[in-house]
Parts: sequence; C-alpha cells; structure tokens
Amino acid sequence: MYQYDQYDQAMVDARVEEFRDQARRRLEGKLTEDQFKPLRLMNGLYLQLHAYMLRVAIPYGTLNARQMEALADIADKYDRGYGHFTTRQNIQYNWIKLDDAADALADLAKVEMHAIQTSGNCIRNISSDHFAGAAHDEVADPRPYAELLRQWSSFHPEFTYLPRKFKIAVIAAEKDRAAMRLHDIGIRILKNDAGEIGAQFYAGGGMGRTPMIAPLIRDFVPLDQLITYAEACLRVYNRYGRRDNKYKARIKILVHELGAAEYTRQVEEEFAHMLSAGVEPPREELARIAAYFNDPAFVDGPKTIDRSDPDFALWVDRNTHRHKHDAYVSAVISLKPVGGIPGDATSDQMRLVAKLARDYSFDELRVMHTQNLLLPHVRIADLPALWAALDAAGLGSPNMDTIEDIIACPGLDYCSLANARSIPLAQRITERFAANGRTGELGELKLKISGCINACGHHHAGHIGILGVDKKGTENYQLSLGGSEAEDVSLAKITGPGFDEDGVIAAVETVTDVYLGARQDGERFLDTYRRIGMEPFKEALYG
Amino acid sequence: MKILTGNDLGSGAVTWWNGKGWSLFVDDAVDVGEDADEILARETAARRVNVPYAIEASIDAAGHVRPAHIKDRVRALGPTVRRDLAVPTAGKTGWDWVI
Ligand code: SF4
Repeated sequence: MYQYDQYDQAMVDARVEEFRDQARRRLEGKLTEDQFKPLRLMNGLYLQLHAYMLRVAIPYGTLNARQMEALADIADKYDRGYGHFTTRQNIQYNWIKLDDAADALADLAKVEMHAIQTSGNCIRNISSDHFAGAAHDEVADPRPYAELLRQWSSFHPEFTYLPRKFKIAVIAAEKDRAAMRLHDIGIRILKNDAGEIGAQFYAGGGMGRTPMIAPLIRDFVPLDQLITYAEACLRVYNRYGRRDNKYKARIKILVHELGAAEYTRQVEEEFAHMLSAGVEPPREELARIAAYFNDPAFVDGPKTIDRSDPDFALWVDRNTHRHKHDAYVSAVISLKPVGGIPGDATSDQMRLVAKLARDYSFDELRVMHTQNLLLPHVRIADLPALWAALDAAGLGSPNMDTIEDIIACPGLDYCSLANARSIPLAQRITERFAANGRTGELGELKLKISGCINACGHHHAGHIGILGVDKKGTENYQLSLGGSEAEDVSLAKITGPGFDEDGVIAAVETVTDVYLGARQDGERFLDTYRRIGMEPFKEALYG
Repeated sequence: MKILTGNDLGSGAVTWWNGKGWSLFVDDAVDVGEDADEILARETAARRVNVPYAIEASIDAAGHVRPAHIKDRVRALGPTVRRDLAVPTAGKTGWDWVI
C-alpha cells in the first residue's frame, strides 16, 4: 500500500504543529469559538453532544496492521477504549479532549495518518471498493487512481472553500460496492473496446436532504487526463454551485438545475481549456504510486474448504468473497454482533484484527462503507484458524448483507445534528431477527438507518431504509423501501406516515412478512419489491 | 424553568450553570429566569464554555431537573446505548425520562 514520501510527511507534520498552536490559543482564550471552529473542523475535530469528536481519514479504506494498532492506542490513550467505523470508511473517536487533540494528531502522523479534509467544504476522503486489489471482477486496482486523486485534492488551493463538501468514489468493476453513483463524483475505471484503461465519470449524485443518482457525464476519459477531467468538473461546480443556500449548494443541485447535458457541455469546455494548461501529473507519478499497490506474493494452496462445522460453513458462505487468486478469499470481519452497536470496535478488537491482518492477509486491512472490516487476501487454508480467532473475540458474526448487517449512523446518542436515535433500532431489530430465526431465510436484505436527513446511514439506499425525524419533540421514524446503492442503484420510497420506535420495528417485520409471502424463486427482497411495487407493503402496514 | 448549558472548552463535557459556575450534573442546574441573557453574555465572553445556551426544563416528580428537549436529556446523561459511559451521577436522575 501507499507510503508517504517526504512531502506527504512534511505536510502532515506541519499541520499538526499548526493545530497545536491554534488549540493552545483557543484554550488560553485568545480565540473565540467562532474563530476556532473552522480551524478545528479543518482537522476533523467536531463538537458533538457529549464531547469533541475526532474523525480520522482512512484513504479509500485501506490501512495496515501498524496503523490499526495506532488507532487502538489512540482509543486507549485519548478516548474511552473504542472507536466507530463510518460509512465513509473513516474512524471516529467520541470523547477526545481539546487538550489532547494535537497529541492524538501527532500520534496519527507517526503512522502516516491524519484528520485533514474530514470536514469542511473541501474534497473529502476518497472512498473505494473495499475489495479493491483483491476482487476477481475488477479491471484494475482502483486504489492507485484514488491515491492520485487524494494527492491532487489534498490542500488544493482552488478547492479548499467549495460551495459545499465534495465526495468522490472510485471503483473498477461492474459491481458497485462503494455507492459510487451516490457521490458528488463517481469514477469507474474500465477498459474500452480497444483494451485501453480509462475512467467513466458520473457527477451530481448524493444522499442527504435531496437524494440524487449521478448521471453519466463522460464514458471514457483516458488515464493521462484523469486529473484534468476531475479538475474541470470541480471548476464548473466551484464557479456556479450555489453559495447563497446551504441546502442547494451541493453539486447534485447544480447538475439537476442545469441538466446533465448542459453541465457536461460546460465541463467539456473547461476540460478542453485545461488540457492546454498542463495540470495533469506526469505518467511517471501514476506509475510511482501504482508500484505501491502491486499484488503481494500469493502462493498456491488448497481451494476447497472443509465444511463439516456448520457454523464455520455458514460464516464462509456469508462473509467471504471470491478473490482474483483461486487459493484466496477476502474475509469480512463483522462489526455487527446481535444487539451490538454497528461499526463500533474496542481497542482490543482493533489490535486482534491488526494481528490477524499480519498473520493472514499480508499486513493489509480494509474498512468497508458497511461499517465492517475486511481482510482482503486470506488463504483458503487459513480460514478455519481465522474464523476461530474472530469468533472467540465476538467478531465472527456470519451476517454480511443480511438484515443483521444493519448500517446505522451514530444518531441522537452522539450526534448534535440528530433528530432521533439510530443505534437502539439497529440493536433491537438484530435481536428480533436473531430470535425469530428468519435472517437466513430472508437472504440479502440491506437495512440502513439515519438519525436525520443528512443520511449518513444511507437510508435512501436501503432495501429497507429508516429515517429518524423529530415529531413535536419525540422520536419518530419514516420507513422507506426499494433503495439500492449497488450497480442497480435506486432511491427508496417512503411507505407513508411514520412510526414510533416500537412501531417501526414491528413495521420492519411486517414488511419482511409481505416479502416472504410474495417472493418468487431466487428473488431478493429488492427484486420482489420491484416486481410487486409498494402497494402490498402499504396495505400490510396501514391497511 | 430556564437553565443554561454548554460544553466545557477543554474536555468538551456537557456542563450546566449552577449559579456560580459550571457543573457536570444536570441536577445542579438552577433556574436563571430573566438573567439568562446577561449570564450567557458574560460566560461567552469568559470563553470557558463553548457556545452556552438557554433551554427550557422542569422538575420531575422525583425532584430532578428534566430538560424539555430529548437532545438535552441525552446530553445530560450520556449515550443511551453506552450506559457504562453515563455521566457519573446520572443514576440519581434515572434513565426513564430520556425518551
Ligand atoms: S445522519 Fe444525521 S444524525 Fe446521523 S450521523 Fe449524520 S448528521 Fe448525525
């Protein structure tokens, strides 16, 4: 994986010292909160309900064991022994003290990590397919391109004060495992008919208050023009994106209001102009970066699995993913135990996962946008030992993409923007379905919960989505159905009036009953919903 | 009643105006009535607490201070899903009124 060069390290180290001075001046009362807030946010330090929260960037979700151990150490040294992995492949600490924040950032810098651009109206952490570099179905590893974009976007002077935050995802397979079309810019690396690798650009997607699916704006950008094209997309947005209304400032509104064709025309015009400006980094730079992402030294080995232990076999079926080398798989480490807090991991669990990455996955780990962790390269022969270690640590839940693999944002338990709590719903729903034994029968069923319209819990893209709203000072929940963030992307539709906490849990069960009663052979929940439509579900919920 | 709350500058911890200073415990909050704006202006200027603000609250049947809005009730006690991390004396207020 990528390693900092002297420039990367110098930039990050300088930022730590700059922030140390800013925090000191704030603590001495020399800066007001109004003056300090934008400075701390530029370093990922939010003020949430109970304390400061530090959001640390994990570029395209990739990290090594040493970095994971450093994250565990920070959880113990400066926080309360745990961290929360997010839907943007980052980690958040919930209890950081301002007095300690610069020290925490300095510890991060020692392992080539930081919290820069995890807040503010800039280009945020670039996300990617969690199976990148391991998946059997990718045309290339998307991470070198994500890393090139990371370097281009870090401290980019023109894009530090955009109209609004800006999120980019890069994938390199037909299957979309990164919600690519629900990003401000989605990039798919692909091969054209001539066998050349290039990039397909989608622009203007997003969730939040006004969810939009990004339209395709260019179906092939040659790789030696990738940055130039991205720069053209950003320039048009930076020039015409609305700054007068926060709720209309995202690129999705601009693309929607101009129309995809007109936005594209303007981007193409800017692109033609930019091509002569020479902003593209030299090809050697991409080659230099790509060399960090070469395959590890895979070795041949057994390709079959002893399935005599049914618990192990279930975990293999649900939590492993086909690898490009047939003696390996990628193994999902679930952070969704029944009744647990989605995405939370203790420092001990982080250290164990780091050790397992060293022992079984070439020192490599991934954070998934589903709030789970992943060992990308595990020998099939090592699976029994890996599973035993995970299971003993409460990390062996066999539930990937099932109703027990719920995405839930921190919600009103932590987040100052929340209307309602998300986590207790996830806990109770997983308990309900673990008890009624229907998880397996339901198959793939993605349930996603957000505590407010900002949609960090991706509820618009849930097969079943739940949104917390404030109803006269009490928590209320809107249910929606039919969303997907995968290659069959769609936005969920609201079923009707909202429910209280007990009501929405019962409603989820009702919806699954309708599905089980109506499904035809091989249909997932989403397929049945798309075939029969909303009415039967509405009838069962409100009829 | 009207009470004042904010987050401590250094720790970020939720604090409540107790008439003389800032306490970690909601039960220590005092009714500031008409003095809210004056105290807020003074405390904001002193920069010990981040953006303090006034909220409505009541005294519940057991005699405890109960913020009117759920968000401030969650702030008063800590995350409802991590009761092990609750504000230390939250037990004396009880969890039943969070929701
Ligand atoms: S969706 Fe809302 S409540 Fe949930 S984490 Fe995001 S901003 Fe907070």
